[in-house]
Amino acid sequence: MRHLLSAADLDRDAALRVLDTAEQMAATQQREIKKLPTLRGRTVVNLFFEDSTRTRISFEAAAKRLSADVINFSAKGSSVSKGESLKDTALTLEAMGADAVVVRHGASGGAHRLATSGWINGSVVNAGDGTHEHPTQALLDAFTMRHHLVGQREPGAATGEDLAGRKVTIVGDVLHSRVARSNVLLLHTLGAEVTLVAPPTLLPVGVQTWPCATSYDLDSALEGADAVMMLRVQVERMNAAYFPSAREYSRRYGLDARRLRLMAEHTIVMHPGPMNRGLEISADAADSARSTIVEQVSNGVSVRMAVLYLLLAGSDDVDGGTA
Amino acid sequence: MTRARTLLEAPEIGRVLTRIAHELLERNKGAEGLVLLGIPTRGVALAHRLAATIADVEGTQVPVGAIDVTMYRDDLRHHPVRTLERTDIPTAGVDGATVVLVDDVLFSGRTVRAALDALSDLGRPRAVRLAVLVDRGHRELPIRADHVGKNLPTSLAERVRVLLAEHDGRDEVLIEDAGDQR
Repeated sequence: MRHLLSAADLDRDAALRVLDTAEQMAATQQREIKKLPTLRGRTVVNLFFEDSTRTRISFEAAAKRLSADVINFSAKGSSVSKGESLKDTALTLEAMGADAVVVRHGASGGAHRLATSGWINGSVVNAGDGTHEHPTQALLDAFTMRHHLVGQREPGAATGEDLAGRKVTIVGDVLHSRVARSNVLLLHTLGAEVTLVAPPTLLPVGVQTWPCATSYDLDSALEGADAVMMLRVQVERMNAAYFPSAREYSRRYGLDARRLRLMAEHTIVMHPGPMNRGLEISADAADSARSTIVEQVSNGVSVRMAVLYLLLAGSDDVDGGTA
Repeated sequence: MTRARTLLEAPEIGRVLTRIAHELLERNKGAEGLVLLGIPTRGVALAHRLAATIADVEGTQVPVGAIDVTMYRDDLRHHPVRTLERTDIPTAGVDGATVVLVDDVLFSGRTVRAALDALSDLGRPRAVRLAVLVDRGHRELPIRADHVGKNLPTSLAERVRVLLAEHDGRDEVLIEDAGDQR
């Protein structure tokens, strides 16, 4: 694995390798001493052109737990705000000896550009590019689903297993969501059946070519679902009216106490965060026993440790398998 | 071409493990405080066999676990990425215990060095001992085993393979001439 740019880069074996490695990483995070010497001497740069708290600190924690040196670079307060181009920023990072660059960029394709332009030699991890992809989020979601739905919450029990036949319903702002796209691609690879539920205005053009079903009716899509993932309504990316009012959105596509009762006993409620409480998810749903929202955050560290391990721990000249 | 010779057969492996189990008990004056940790993959199977023998002799079940050393290796950068194995520490932990590391072959000593580092991150054992089925020499670090099944003088061009019923369907220790393999 050289870069991680898209969930589509991972075939079933590669995806399971990340998830299985993450199981072992998760076990180390239960210990008193959580730090491992594995990436000693390696440098990971967090290059964030867009605001983020949980993804950035999650990558930072992951790199530090593996003993890598971490340099945080956020566009605000840097030369980027003076008009420096992505290329010059990349060349600067290369000169500082970055072994991996974790990049979040507002433009779809930002990570791909960084990885393929020959500006840097290190590995590139896409931590979100515009409305395109966010592969590590999809991996941590799949990890969380596998732990609950396949491993029955027993640590490590699901090692080697995929999500064949599990039904996942993803609800909300699919149009602006890189999380939804990466999840659809990865969950399909892992054998799960995905249904996207959203108002017609919040489904992207060409969604019928994605490997998933779509629906406009949330109540019926909750039936038989093993996992329900609520997406954040991305008001900051909305330059037009996509739905009449927040109240109407909430009534038709929000997860509330009534809809919680429609779900099967084992169904889990997920949200990539940050949540708009009261809009796409009510406090009842967010704080219910079936919510895995906080757990997703800790799984994020384990999954990102696995990704950094698989990208950086091997030799530079021998390619340790395909991405 | 590789040429394989059998060095130990199943009955000898059984006798050797029985002897090591007795040595462990003798050295420790009983099974009290012993924890056996196998180094994946075949060390784990050997640790379970030693524990079974100890249970037969003493009537005590000593805690057995596995300690994966991959993330502590000093040669990670010289190989394609290695798959992590499961680390499984007995619930009582290793603090204050006499931990016996169990591996199939002792060679350069680097795996054991990594295991000692991994162990110190897991707790503070009272003592650490090393038991191996085969010591083939060629140490690169100041490390020795406390309990050795069989000392095998080998050349660096040779390769020692340990087959165990749990993984390979039969018990056997082989030596191969393998120019391309370490």
